[in-house]
Amino acid sequence: MEHIVIIGNGISGVTLARHIRKNSNKKITIVSAETDYFFSRTALMYVYMGHMKFEHTQPYENWFWEKNRIELKKGFVQTIETHSKTLHFAKGDTLQYDKLILATGSKPNKFGWPGQDLDGVQGLYNKQDLDTLEQNAPNNKVCNRAVIVGGGLIGIEFAEMLVSRKIPVTFLVRESSFWNGVLPEGESEMISRHIKTHHIDLRLSTNLKEIKADENGRVKSIIIEETGEEINCNVVGLTAGVTPNIDFIKKSNIETDKGVLVNRKLETSVPDVYAIGDCAQQREAIGNRRPIEAVWYTGRMMGETLAQTICGNPMEYNPGHWFNSAKFMDIEYQTYGWVFGERNRPDYEKHFHWIHKDDNKCITIAYHKDTKLFLGINTFGIRMRHEFFDNVLTKKWTVDKVIEHLSAANFDPEFYKLHEKDIVTQFNSETGSAISLSKKSWRKIFA
Amino acid sequence: MKIIKHTGLVLFIIALTIFTGTLFTGSFGLTKAEVEEYVTAQGYKSEVITEALEKAVSTEKELSIFEFSNRVRDAYQASNDHYDNLIAKYDAEKNWDKKGEQYQYKIYGKPHTLSYNLAKNAGSGYVKENAGLMWWLTFGLGIIGALLFILPNFILLGAPGIKNDGVFHKAATNRGWIAWLVLFYLVTFYLLLYFKADYVVNWTYILDPISEFLNGGKASQWFVYGFLYCTIMTVMAVRMFIKYRHNKYQILRTTSVLFFQIVFAFLIPEIMTSLNMPGYDFKNAFPLDYDFFFEWNIEKLTESGAVGLFILVWGTILTLVIVPLMVYFFGKRWYCSWVCGCGGLAETLGDPYRQLSDKSLKSWKLERWVIHSVLVFSVLMTVVTLYCYFSGAESFLGIHSQWIKDTYSFLIGAWFAGVIGTGFYPIFGNRVWCRFGCPLAAYLGLVQRFKSRFRITTNGGQCISCGNCSTYCEMGIDVRAYAQKGENIVRSSCVGCGVCSAVCPRGVLKLENDSMDGRINPTEVLLGNDVNLLDLLNKK
Repeated sequence: MEHIVIIGNGISGVTLARHIRKNSNKKITIVSAETDYFFSRTALMYVYMGHMKFEHTQPYENWFWEKNRIELKKGFVQTIETHSKTLHFAKGDTLQYDKLILATGSKPNKFGWPGQDLDGVQGLYNKQDLDTLEQNAPNNKVCNRAVIVGGGLIGIEFAEMLVSRKIPVTFLVRESSFWNGVLPEGESEMISRHIKTHHIDLRLSTNLKEIKADENGRVKSIIIEETGEEINCNVVGLTAGVTPNIDFIKKSNIETDKGVLVNRKLETSVPDVYAIGDCAQQREAIGNRRPIEAVWYTGRMMGETLAQTICGNPMEYNPGHWFNSAKFMDIEYQTYGWVFGERNRPDYEKHFHWIHKDDNKCITIAYHKDTKLFLGINTFGIRMRHEFFDNVLTKKWTVDKVIEHLSAANFDPEFYKLHEKDIVTQFNSETGSAISLSKKSWRKIFA
Repeated sequence: MKIIKHTGLVLFIIALTIFTGTLFTGSFGLTKAEVEEYVTAQGYKSEVITEALEKAVSTEKELSIFEFSNRVRDAYQASNDHYDNLIAKYDAEKNWDKKGEQYQYKIYGKPHTLSYNLAKNAGSGYVKENAGLMWWLTFGLGIIGALLFILPNFILLGAPGIKNDGVFHKAATNRGWIAWLVLFYLVTFYLLLYFKADYVVNWTYILDPISEFLNGGKASQWFVYGFLYCTIMTVMAVRMFIKYRHNKYQILRTTSVLFFQIVFAFLIPEIMTSLNMPGYDFKNAFPLDYDFFFEWNIEKLTESGAVGLFILVWGTILTLVIVPLMVYFFGKRWYCSWVCGCGGLAETLGDPYRQLSDKSLKSWKLERWVIHSVLVFSVLMTVVTLYCYFSGAESFLGIHSQWIKDTYSFLIGAWFAGVIGTGFYPIFGNRVWCRFGCPLAAYLGLVQRFKSRFRITTNGGQCISCGNCSTYCEMGIDVRAYAQKGENIVRSSCVGCGVCSAVCPRGVLKLENDSMDGRINPTEVLLGNDVNLLDLLNKK
C-alpha cells in the first residue's frame, strides 16, 4: 500500500488527505509540529477575543482521524532525504514515504529590524503565537500599550484582538492609507477612518526604526523612523506579511525560491514530492494571481486538485475566478474578480465607486474602459453572492449588465435595507447611462 | 457608564433578594368558619377532613407557609388514611358494599396543590397587605436594575456589529460559578412552581392587583409565571435590540416573539377568562400544547359554546394544516423563533447561553432519538386519551389513559420542558428543550427536512472554517461542517434564528426561502476551483 506523507496539518494538507481518502485506500500520515489536530488558523483571533475556545476552531472532532484512517504524527521534520524517501525528525526517529507532500504554510516576515527577536516581539500566525500573546498581553495591566507593525490583514486583526481586551494600540502602517497597495483609494480611506473610530492610534506613512529593550531583554519601546519618536510599549506585533515556511526544505535537494517551486501539477523538482498551499510557489504566475498565494481557499483548492493526481487522475492546478474576503473590525469585505489599487492598476481598468453616507458601506466596480467588460467588484459592508459573480465573470458580462442585475447579487440577511437603487442612480448619473434595476432573481438570470 | 451598569446589577440583586425573601414572610391560618366554608365549597364528603383541617390551621400560633403546608398535607393524609384503613378493614371482612362506599370519601389531588388552594386564602402579612409597594420592590426594582445593567451596552459595546468579546472568559457565560448559581436558582424556581406551588404563594399576592385588573380573579402561581415570563422576555429583548441593532432580521424576530408572548400567550387568555370564556393561547399548537386533547379540555371547550368550538377547530387546523404549510414556505423558524413562547424565552433570556450547546455528532444522534421518542410518546398519549374519551374505556392498547397522561405531564411537561429545558440554560445552552424534547419541533423538523423551501445557503467557496457559526448555533448544529464543503444547511432542527449568518465574518451564510430544486447540494469540490474539476466531481 502506497504511503502518502503530508507535512503540515493546515487546510491544504488536511484537504488533500480527506480527498485522497475519499478516492483511495492509500496509507496516509500527516506530520505536524504545531498541534495534535487540524484547526482553523484564521480563527485564532477569536480565541484570544473570547468568542470561541480553542477546540471550537477544530473543524473535525478528534475521532475523525482514526475513523478515516488518517494517521497523525506530531514531530518536527529536520531533514528530507529524497533519494531514500526518508524524513528525519528532530527527535531522531525517521519515517519512510512513497509520496511526500509539503504543506508547511508560512511564517511571519521579519525585515532585520534591530530588536526584532526580543521578548515581547511576536508575530501572529500559529498556535504558539497565540499562547505567547496570552502571556505577553493577558490584559491592559500587564500590557499598557502594544505596537503593531505592518498594515495588512493580520495587522488589523491583531489590533482588533488587543482592543477587545482594552489594550491601547499604536498601528504603524508604511503606506499613506491602510492597505492601499491592494485597495482602491476610496475603500482604503474608509477603512482607515473606521480603524480610528475604534480608538486605535493609526500612524500612516510610518516605518519602524528599531525596538528597544529593557534591562531584562524585554521590549520596552519602539522608535519611529520618520520622526524619531519613542513609543513605550510591552508588546510589538510584527505583521508585515508572511513568507513560506521552508527553512528545513532549503537544505534538501528540492528546488526552492521564496517558496517550494512547483509546476502546474504541483510537482516539485524531485519526483514523488509535491508542494501545496502557502509554501508552494508557481514557476509561472497563473493569470493575475501571485506565484505564492497565502490564502485559505487556494490552499484548499490545491489540496482538492492534487488529490486527483495522486489518486491516478493527473490534473493541473487551474484556479477559477479570483475571490476573497476579510473583515476589518466591524466591516466585512468581499472581492470577486480583479479590482486593483492605484499602484498596480492597469491603464484600461476604470472604477465606479459608491459609498454610503454612514461611512461603513461602499463598493467599487472595475471595468474595461473601452469594452465595458466587467472585471471585478469590491464590496464593504454589503454581502454579495459568489455564484452570481462567478457566472458573470465566466459569461463576460458588461458593467452595465452587472449594474442592472445588482439586486440579484445581494447576499445580505433578509430584511436588510438594500442600496442597489442608490448605486444604479449614481452609476447612471456618472456615466450618462439609463439603466433601470432588474428585479429578476439570480437563479432565473442564469437558468 | 460602568458605574451605571454596576449600580443596575446591585439593584437587580437587591430586587431578586427581596423577591426570594418574600417567600419566607407572612403568617397563614384560617378560622373554623372559613375551613368549613372551604370544605363545603370543595364538596368533600370526608367526615373527618373538616376537623383535621381545623385542628391543623385554626390555631393561635403564627404559621409560616412551610409549616402551614406541612399541617395541611398531614390533615389530608390523615383523612385519606382513615378511609384507607376502613377499606382495608372491610376488605378483610369481605364486606364489599361497605368497602365500596368508602372510596367516595377519599380526596384526590396532589398534596401541594391542595395545600396551595387553602394557603391562597389563608395568608396575611406585609406582602399581601402592601402588594403595590412589594411589586415595585421586586418587579419594579428588578426591571430598573436590569435595564440599567443592559442599556449602557449601547455605548459600551461600541459601533454596531458582532460583539462577542469575552463570552468565553466570563463565569456567567462559560459555565463558571455564576452559571452554576443561576442554574441552581432556576432549577429551584421550577421545582417549586411545578411541584410545591404552596411554597410560592406569597408571590401570587404581589400580583393579585394586576390579576384582578386583567381577569377579575386573584393571581395563581401560573399567573405569576406568565407575568414573570413576559417581564423577563421584555427586558432581555431590550438586550437583544442593543446587541443586534445592526441586524434587522434579529430585531424583527425579537419583536415578533415578544408580541406573540405578551399578546397571544398572556393578554388574550387573561381577557378571555375575564369574559367567562376558556382562556386559550391561539398560537400554542398541539403537541407542544400537549393537553389540548385531554378530556377535561375537550369538555371545557365543548361546554363553552361557539368560542369553545372555534378553539377546538382552530387548534386542530393549526396543527394539521397551518403549521406544516407555513413550514413549507418559511421553514420551522416562523414558529420556533418568531412565534413560540418557549423559543421566545430561549431567544431572549437564553441568548447569552447559546454558545453552550453541544456540537458533537454523539449529541446529534442522541437528539434524534430523544426528540422523536417524545413525539411518538405525545401522539400515543393523545390516541389513547381520545380513544378512551370517545369509547368510555379506561385504557387502550393496554395503556391506562390517566397513567400515560400523568406520566407525560410529569416527565415531559414539567421536568423536561421546565426544570431541565429552562433551568439548565446556563450549562447546556438555551435550546435544550427545543432541541431534545419538543414534540412540535420534531414534527416541524420532519416537514422542514423533507418538504420545505427553507435552507441556509452557503456562499460558494468563501468559508474559512473559523467555526463562529457552529459555536453560536443554539441548536448544536455543526454549521461549519456544511459551510466549509460549500453545502447548504438543511437540518430538521434548525430554528432559523439567523445568528450563524450574523456572526459569520465572511458573509458566507444566508437564510432563504426558495425553490426546493437544488436545496440540498452535496458537493465534492467548492466553487472557485477548476471548472473541469468541479464538473468532473460534482456530476459524478
